[in-house]
Amino acid sequence: MRVEVRVYPKDGVLDPQGKAIAAALGRLGHRAVRDVRAGKVFFVELDGVDAKAAEAEARKMAQELLANTVIEGFDVRVISP
Amino acid sequence: MRFAVVVFPGSNCDQDCYHVVKDLLGCEADYVWHHDTDLKGADAVILPGGFAYGDYLRAGALARFSPIMESVARFAEEGGLVLGICNGFQVLLEAGLLPGAMRVNRGLRYVCRDVFLKVESVETPFTRLYELGEVVKMPVGHMEGNYTAPPEVLAELSRERRIVFRYCDAEGRVTDEANPNGAVDGIAGIASRGGNVVGLMPHPDRCAETVLGNDAGRKMFESVVSALAVR
Repeated sequence: MRVEVRVYPKDGVLDPQGKAIAAALGRLGHRAVRDVRAGKVFFVELDGVDAKAAEAEARKMAQELLANTVIEGFDVRVISP
Repeated sequence: MRFAVVVFPGSNCDQDCYHVVKDLLGCEADYVWHHDTDLKGADAVILPGGFAYGDYLRAGALARFSPIMESVARFAEEGGLVLGICNGFQVLLEAGLLPGAMRVNRGLRYVCRDVFLKVESVETPFTRLYELGEVVKMPVGHMEGNYTAPPEVLAELSRERRIVFRYCDAEGRVTDEANPNGAVDGIAGIASRGGNVVGLMPHPDRCAETVLGNDAGRKMFESVVSALAVR
């Protein structure tokens, strides 16, 4: 079972990396870019669990370790059986 | 009087801290490996600077799960004195022993230079020998020192006088220009509710003797010794 966990800065939390990327995109001519938020993606492989259990477990992983919930939000998606 | 200096894989200021408390202050000191659980009867614990676990995932995020951190948490809960310097501060935040979190510096660069700090609290065991409002110079060296916390936490820190140091200019003015990393309200160091756990980004361990050109940090360690003496 493969689960994707996306971790990203919460709304309202300053994201210096996202801002720098947005500025660089602007310099490259992507004039329409208003804002960029930079995050991380984790692909977690699990054995011996069904999709529901995998999702629940990945949520727990995000809460405990993958995200710092003071400043980061996350979402979890099961991407393959 | 006995200090424990915790050593994580990637700690690189452990010897500086050990040198200060042992050679300069004449205290007993032990290195404590992150895989151990025994603080060896320490009266105070120092989490030194460095790059514990290579700063993988987030600075301090993996170090927090080291076996020694359970002992440190228990020690802190019982009122033991814990000082986190730079990466040690980041570990304390990730471990939840201090509130808030670190973001990457707003300039997206590693900042390595002297800064000025305003002493905002002398009620902690780590700052009791400083004067309130005193301006001290200390070096910083970090990539993630851009402190933040939810508004209610910031209000609580301020109300309970738990902001210990703020970045300032040479005259003690807390300005945006004097802030090396973008930390909210210029916060450079904070204390736990009981005041027995303190974390700061600057390095008192790197400015604790005149041969280094600056001994402004020495008073932090001497404060600990004096606090323990009156306990």
